[in-house]
Amino acid sequence: MSHEDFLEDLRRAAPGADLLDSPEDLLAYSFDGTPALRQKPLAVILPAETAHIPDILRAAVKHDVPVVTRGSGTGLSGGSVPAPGSLVLGTARLNRILELDAKNLTLRAEPGVTTLQIAEAAEAAGLFYPPDPGSMKISTIGGNVAENSGGLRGLKYGVTRDYVMGLKVALADGSVLETGNKCVKDVAGFSIKDLFVGSEGTLGVILEILLRLLPKPAAKRTMLASFPSMAAAAATVSEIIEQRIIPCTLEFLDKTTLRCVEDYAKVGLPLEAESILLMETDGHPAVVEAEAERMAELARKNGAIRLDLAKDDAEAARLSSARRSAFVALARLAPTTILEDVTVPRSRLVEMVEFIQDVARRRELKVGTFGHMGDGNLHPTFLANEKNPEEMKRVEEAFDEIFRKAIELGGTITGEHGVGLAKKAYLPLAIAPPALEFMRKIKRALDPEGVLNPGKIFDVS
Amino acid sequence: MNPANDSRSFLRDLDYSVLQQCIHCGMCLPSCPTYDATKREVSSPRGRIALMRAVADGEQPVSGHFSEEMYFCLGCLACQSVCPAGVNYEELIEAARAEVQRVRPNPSLSRKILLRWLFSSRARLRIAARLLWLAQRSGLEAFARRTGLIALLGKKMAELAPLSPRIETHFTPYGRFPARGPRKMRVGLLAGCVQDVAFASVNRDTIEVLQANGHEVVVPPAQQCCGSLHGHNGEHDLAVELARANLEAFPLEQLDAILVNSAGCGSFMKHYDQALANDSCHADRAAVWSGKVMDVSEFLMHTGLRTPKCAPLGATVTYHDACHLAHGQAIRGEPRQLLASIPGIDLRELKEADWCCGSAGIYNITHPDLAAELARRKLRNIQASGAKIVACANPGCAIQIDAEARRAGLPLVVRHPVSLLAEAYRREAPGA
Repeated sequence: MSHEDFLEDLRRAAPGADLLDSPEDLLAYSFDGTPALRQKPLAVILPAETAHIPDILRAAVKHDVPVVTRGSGTGLSGGSVPAPGSLVLGTARLNRILELDAKNLTLRAEPGVTTLQIAEAAEAAGLFYPPDPGSMKISTIGGNVAENSGGLRGLKYGVTRDYVMGLKVALADGSVLETGNKCVKDVAGFSIKDLFVGSEGTLGVILEILLRLLPKPAAKRTMLASFPSMAAAAATVSEIIEQRIIPCTLEFLDKTTLRCVEDYAKVGLPLEAESILLMETDGHPAVVEAEAERMAELARKNGAIRLDLAKDDAEAARLSSARRSAFVALARLAPTTILEDVTVPRSRLVEMVEFIQDVARRRELKVGTFGHMGDGNLHPTFLANEKNPEEMKRVEEAFDEIFRKAIELGGTITGEHGVGLAKKAYLPLAIAPPALEFMRKIKRALDPEGVLNPGKIFDVS
Repeated sequence: MNPANDSRSFLRDLDYSVLQQCIHCGMCLPSCPTYDATKREVSSPRGRIALMRAVADGEQPVSGHFSEEMYFCLGCLACQSVCPAGVNYEELIEAARAEVQRVRPNPSLSRKILLRWLFSSRARLRIAARLLWLAQRSGLEAFARRTGLIALLGKKMAELAPLSPRIETHFTPYGRFPARGPRKMRVGLLAGCVQDVAFASVNRDTIEVLQANGHEVVVPPAQQCCGSLHGHNGEHDLAVELARANLEAFPLEQLDAILVNSAGCGSFMKHYDQALANDSCHADRAAVWSGKVMDVSEFLMHTGLRTPKCAPLGATVTYHDACHLAHGQAIRGEPRQLLASIPGIDLRELKEADWCCGSAGIYNITHPDLAAELARRKLRNIQASGAKIVACANPGCAIQIDAEARRAGLPLVVRHPVSLLAEAYRREAPGA
């Protein structure tokens, strides 16, 4: 059967879909947000209805064409980079919020709705959707579920998985299953939805998502503390948590990052600091007030050089911009910015940061590290040039060391970006053979033909 | 010069680091009106940059599809405002369009007439404007519209007719205009092209406001169109020619600043140094020029605006960010502060204030459908703000929004912020 037959079958399967296969279109879909990974697909389809997706999958199986589901293509592990000869199934046009149930605090949406639209819809109803990945202005909820995205509020509020109550999923054979519902308690059978959260498009295509919402916290206090050492910042965080305060934000920048941020955003950070910590607590106004005072006290006790406590929203936004512009400030310095997300237990974070700095020194690379001190999720960001293969090789070697160290410290190779293609080679480091074989069995059972996002996370055989 | 024999490639000659600066993170997607309309990557900033890079690398030819995409872009530069990596998209899209004109020289009629003939000479533009003025005043235009005679000009012309601006009776005056009171600074003023014939009153208001703030204003008669329409649309050589003419027309050494009240012009004039970087005779003067160019609101707020002392105006006003002010020059606060200084203005923030209105230079002529959709969206937001006056600092936006309001039968007034300020000064008690 010819390429033309395949396109004809797709057109029949999904009336009104955008079907693209010009060289220019294929080029524009040959990458996602991951540096240095490129592969042109065979074709791209942007269906107008989720109902057409099962038939699209049937057509793909019939023509033996792999399917790579794609939201907005902002992923950082190559999860939505096309497999060779694949059909990219884009969800960008499937962007309707189907229901907001204020009585049960749930929201039902199609996969192409952006995270920001979810957050805004919740907020308009006086509610709160906490997961806030860095690309939330454009990342899609379908992509968030497929990657189990995190964000800045992980310690207190968890990650995307903690908000998924139900899913409607199309399987490789074109059948559709629904899992979960609006009940907080439900133990009827396996928790199948959890299988699909974080499966990176390898087990099914998400058609609908039922999300849990929270009441919006009434108050929030923001502060920024500068420390003479990374250890002092980490000690502050440990003591805050020992005192049974769970802040919603505990974000740090290392020295390189804070200097780049100051250069770029002129927030007024003390350049002699080795580390800065952005802290936020939210909840009931009285509690928030008391917690903020206690946190400030602990920062001072641990030798904070400076402490800025935001008086109002505008000042809070200014202080937060120090952390929010971290990636921006680093990205401007080099043509290729490689951002990773190794994660270690909170107690080993300082050790990990120091190791990263040491690796960069030894391998003559520039790195800035920032991330989530509350949950041990780090973002070492290497600044390089992909046109320089020798330098890129050193970056690769540096990551090899960093991944191994993270595992050694009881951590993982990825906290929130996913494995995709970028970390596939390192998965055996993080996952022992029995667990890896278990994943392969599930993949083979659900997708015997290997149609769904083949080659991602692990190879089946 | 035969373009086919010219081996210079605009994309290949571009400093590759500008192309490489894009990290394809996708943060530009939600800011892009053409991605918003199509949801196709190829119509997004990072998609276009990937195409440009493929052309620069010799992996992809300058195809018909490539050309379409480069011109489907509005050039609104909203992507530049949100880009974490600081990509200079303006430079990229101008180079890509120049490359399209070089490789596929197939000018449309509107390109030939508008860019190469009408807007390349202010003398021609003034004659054409006078003819249009005659048609408007004699009732000929209204007659043609009423009777449907206008359809004889073709469907496209009939649709575009409402976008033809109302030509003013008097064009911009040339000469030197003394400061009121002791002189603080001496500034040059660009009269513009559309601004000169359709919004000469804005130029007169600008002169008045500057005089009232103690500045002397010089409007040189030999000045030309700034070249932005050309530069933004791939007519690189014409743009450079016009830039040179302006460098010679303005007495640069005698001026503290060169002011402009049209966003698109200002955005381009600030880059004369880049446009003329390889011109050994003009590069130095262009660098001085670029250092002196300021938007009029930027200049007034930075030199200390005199707050008008008049009775409250009593008007609800909203401000539309022209793309080439907000995104092109990062000027957002100054026009709002200027408006807020006028007594009795209830300034309401506009939803999606910096989302393109669809005018985008000649975009509403080349892509009328998307342009109209964007105009409707802008008008919906203006209506929701409850404002009866919308202030904006670009003639293209003013024409676009005004035409859409008239089409929808809404009594909306579109004014330049400086004109509202001039009105406030005029209402001051004598001797104030």
